[in-house]
Amino acid sequence: MLERGFRWLCASAVWLPIALLAVLLTDVVVEGVGRLDWAFITSFPSRKPEQAGVWPALVGSVYLVSLTALIALPIGVGAAIYLEEYGERRLLGSIIEVNIANLAGVPSVIYGLLGLQLFARVLGMGRSLIAGALTMALLVSPIVIMAAREALRSVPQSVRETGVALGATRWQVIRQVVLPMALPGILTGAILAVARALGEAAPLLVLGALAFVSFVPDGLDAPFTVLPIQIFNWVSRPDQAFASNAAAAIVVLLLVLLVLNSLAIVLRDWSSRRRGDS
Amino acid sequence: MIDTDEAAKISVRGLSAWYRDNQVLRAIDMDISQHGVTAIIGPSGCGKSTFIRCINRLHEMVPGARMDGRIAVDGQDVHGAATDPVLLRRRIGMVFQKPNPFPTMSIRDNVLAGLRLTGDRPSPARANEIVERALRQAALWDEVRGRLDTRGSGLSGGQQQRLCIARALAVEPEIVLMDEPCSALDPVATAKIEDLLHELRERYTLVIVTHNMQQAARVSQQTAFFLAGELIEYADTDDIFTAPVDKRTEDYITGKFG
Repeated sequence: MLERGFRWLCASAVWLPIALLAVLLTDVVVEGVGRLDWAFITSFPSRKPEQAGVWPALVGSVYLVSLTALIALPIGVGAAIYLEEYGERRLLGSIIEVNIANLAGVPSVIYGLLGLQLFARVLGMGRSLIAGALTMALLVSPIVIMAAREALRSVPQSVRETGVALGATRWQVIRQVVLPMALPGILTGAILAVARALGEAAPLLVLGALAFVSFVPDGLDAPFTVLPIQIFNWVSRPDQAFASNAAAAIVVLLLVLLVLNSLAIVLRDWSSRRRGDS
Repeated sequence: MIDTDEAAKISVRGLSAWYRDNQVLRAIDMDISQHGVTAIIGPSGCGKSTFIRCINRLHEMVPGARMDGRIAVDGQDVHGAATDPVLLRRRIGMVFQKPNPFPTMSIRDNVLAGLRLTGDRPSPARANEIVERALRQAALWDEVRGRLDTRGSGLSGGQQQRLCIARALAVEPEIVLMDEPCSALDPVATAKIEDLLHELRERYTLVIVTHNMQQAARVSQQTAFFLAGELIEYADTDDIFTAPVDKRTEDYITGKFG
């Protein structure tokens, strides 16, 4: 009896969120699908809701997320390599570990404030794409570091010893043997980081990304906007037609997320096939 | 070099080793001659694996591990200021307990791993030559010659272990250390590796750690018996197994403990 009850409880823990998510998705798709056409994707924002589109926000999001990944992945993986492969002071290592876990839980607005002060003001980058990407990179690097550490930890110690016993240096072993074996796990972290960066609006709002942009960012120092901010902006307008625009933009955002994630999953599967454990 | 035996390939004096506060080797003195197979036997936890891991300085990679004493290879102090552990390890191959070909690499790449890892990029012709030579030496060539580009982890356990031996031999070491190389293998695969040891002992200084006394008797010329971190007895294999001097050696080889 208890067994069945528990089973039922766990099953509802699976199905309840899925049902809620399905309701949410249906609601958004139903509302937005009427607005979703090629013109909506390729148009610039407008005061007239039926002419408005997401092009600058879409391009801004893709640029921002790519830049964020370019910055956060090398730093995150490098930090993980240092902590896992070279970090010998165990106490310091565990203090750092706790702090990184805490950083992953810091509200994203705080990162926005940090980015505003450090990148936009002190370093004089202004409200630019690069300032946004650097802020986002700070935000997601704990995720990358934790995933990469986990992945490196899953590579058996005997593999490292074998490499070293063959006369290779630590770095040669890490680069040629350990990293390829850890790649699937690192890519999983990259997926999570990209998804997080794509969905964040708050830190960029604080940083001052523009809500109404009638141009595509043309350089690292250009002002920009992203899909979540565009959505936020449309949702806050009284006109019902803008709400439909917001719903359609959410669908676009979800599609971008889907594409980026599938790309990372394909990469991960490809690399784990190479690893030979598929 | 004052008190070591110049004729020995590996000369160990006063070797002690610790994992944190736990002393696993106690003042070992031992000379390993250049030719033939030296077996190291003893019950689990007697320090025999740590002993060979000190020779190629793998021991010091373990956090909290340290050692004291002197080990010389060809008279050169392994811990001397002039000794680069990386260069030292190129002269000393190692085969581990569990067969562990690199899972991301093909059979060919596994054999070449030692060269490539260290930055050597052999020409295709030379690479083929090295692969064939090493696999022949490891008695694996005939079984894998048609599938060199398939993954090494797809081989049987015994084949994987011979691949690991080929990988160690490809860099042309002088010494090969083997840490219970057959303990994860079935008797047929074990017999193949033992045959291989007979071939290899002409060219390499072989040191094999084993918990299998019959194996030590079959493959080695010298045997060292370790117990609780101490070298109890070290002599010709024939003498150890027929006329052990120490009572503890006799008890161990007759199966009274272990």
